[in-house]
Amino acid sequence: MFFGTQRRIVSLWFPRLASDRVLRQRPVDGPFALTLNQKNTNRIYCLNTAAIKQGLHRGMSYADARAFCPILKSREADVDQDHRFLRLLGRWATRYCPWVGLEEDGLVMDITGAAHLFGGEALMLADMQARLMRAGLSACIGCADTRGAAWALAHYGEGIAPPGDMLSALTSLPVAALRIEEPISVALQRLGLRSIGDLVQAARAPLNRRFGPSLLGRLDQALGAQPEEISPLSISVQYAVRMTVPEPIGLLSDVMAGTERLLFQLCAKLKTQGMGARKLCLTLRRVDQGQQQVELRLARPLRDPQRILPLFERGLTEIDAGFGIDQLRLEATQVETLPVQQLNHVSDGGRDRLDDLVTRLGTRIGLENIHQFIAADSHIPERSFMVAPAAYSDPAGPWISTKPRPICLFPPEAIAATGLRPPKQFRWRRMSLTTGRATGPERIAPEWWLEDDNWRSGLRDYWRVETRQGRRLWLFYTPQNPGWFVQGEFA
Amino acid sequence: MTSASNVPFFPPIKTRTHEVCGAGAYMFAFALAARCGGPVLWIREGWDKHQINPVGFAGFVNPSEVMVCITQTQLDTLAIAEESLRSKAVSLVVMALNKPIGLTEGRRLQLAAQAGESTGLAIIPDGMGSNAAQTRWRCSPIFDADQRAEDSTLQSWELIKNKSGTLGAWHVLWDAASHRIVMVSPSGK
Repeated sequence: MFFGTQRRIVSLWFPRLASDRVLRQRPVDGPFALTLNQKNTNRIYCLNTAAIKQGLHRGMSYADARAFCPILKSREADVDQDHRFLRLLGRWATRYCPWVGLEEDGLVMDITGAAHLFGGEALMLADMQARLMRAGLSACIGCADTRGAAWALAHYGEGIAPPGDMLSALTSLPVAALRIEEPISVALQRLGLRSIGDLVQAARAPLNRRFGPSLLGRLDQALGAQPEEISPLSISVQYAVRMTVPEPIGLLSDVMAGTERLLFQLCAKLKTQGMGARKLCLTLRRVDQGQQQVELRLARPLRDPQRILPLFERGLTEIDAGFGIDQLRLEATQVETLPVQQLNHVSDGGRDRLDDLVTRLGTRIGLENIHQFIAADSHIPERSFMVAPAAYSDPAGPWISTKPRPICLFPPEAIAATGLRPPKQFRWRRMSLTTGRATGPERIAPEWWLEDDNWRSGLRDYWRVETRQGRRLWLFYTPQNPGWFVQGEFA
Repeated sequence: MTSASNVPFFPPIKTRTHEVCGAGAYMFAFALAARCGGPVLWIREGWDKHQINPVGFAGFVNPSEVMVCITQTQLDTLAIAEESLRSKAVSLVVMALNKPIGLTEGRRLQLAAQAGESTGLAIIPDGMGSNAAQTRWRCSPIFDADQRAEDSTLQSWELIKNKSGTLGAWHVLWDAASHRIVMVSPSGK
């Protein structure tokens, strides 16, 4: 027996979750069904009460349903959205107790020690029922000492089982209320064991032999003889705040003022969690139900409202307020850890200003188009440095070169020349050039451990060629695949 | 030969936008960046295959101070140049232009540089300068006949437009040891 604090579990079952979710957004009169394509057939996935009254049921083929009920309205089901909606409901349910888990199409909540906050279990359940009904969701609620019993009550009876006595509450419920598979429940009914009360009185050993340990395990779980855990949803902090204004607003200054208030709230939340926003999304809802979004990608994780606010200005000027905006919602869609840092007397304002500049430029050309250089360990000229987005990297590296390197590189341009030494005269970019002095060769071998199409021609002998005309070029010769190319220009 | 002395009018006035053309424009830009100090923003268009090489210009400026913006059109280049000039976050903004800009754009760059107290430098094709530019330089590398000058950076800098001063032409060298541009007398003439 499991002893401990008297646990109380609430099980919420949404019998028509999918169709309720769709009808919440777009109400429909009369029979309505959601269809799902299963095994090449459109089958009814979920349906409303009006459709049930017409004699339709789940799993029925959609063509049959249309024949039975010509006025049936339907839409395609979206299982992923349904699951997301259920998680949302789970988050909503944390208003009653912190311990909320998911069932297949419902929620399970451990309300131990939380019921008195709502004036007792009966009032709490009534409150849930009323709120869900107002949201347009039909729900069946059961409350008991164990998860199994609460589930059985939610699905087959609804109500509150008195504490400590699960058997009397469950005794009249059918055996299917034990969360057993369909074949087992049918077989039990064929044996004459129709209700849970019958099952409890039957001898355990033959049942165990015939149906395996799962049946009696489920029974013991429902009656409290075996413990069963509830895995709560992971607590995900929502970095989103919103504000609804009583009168629609349209002036830029008003919207900025609203954004500022939201930013202060959001940044306070970010600060308590030790996070900084990387991407922010401001959604403005207009009175005509239209939505407009302003996205802001920051060059560094930030949580300083005074710095973020001016960065929104550019995006907000492009917003068309129409007949007015009545709701603002600000969400940090991407956050990164931003530990609190020790203040020091050495001012680092320049770095902050540079980050803000990168953010502002990023809204125009995209953050990935602002680069900075990172040193890399390679003799290959193109790979002796890396180019990385400035927003996602820090500049690094000792910049050491033993040989002079050109200040400007371009893809190799072939010139007409032969021989191991640089040509005396050559034409490059329609200029005829004469070699004045050639320094080299500096042989660079391709890195065989990296595939690089540009280095297919093998070894390169680099020469610094100073021309009589002034240009100082970086030429190379490929001895394994004879040819001369220009790849860069010196200062 | 290296009679070290400063080039007149270099560095050009700080809170202005200047122009440079010719084959030695990149070295002019880096020499100016070395004089300005602080962060440098280099703006170029995406199709341009000429890439500045940090290993090569590390002698002039620290590559971690340089940021490169890649834009789609010249309009973006100008907008970004204006915004960054005005921001006070960078000390030098180098933009590679390939089309002539009008008086309005040129004037806006000047005002932005003035407001942000930073220097702007437009690398332009020959003969496509804007009237609003404060100074315009033509830089061309010159062959250094001196045999000792293995990695010489001899250039001829011509000041071909100057709103507040005279024009001129000088032969200059980058002196890596003292980290600055020095004027030399024309050799071999």
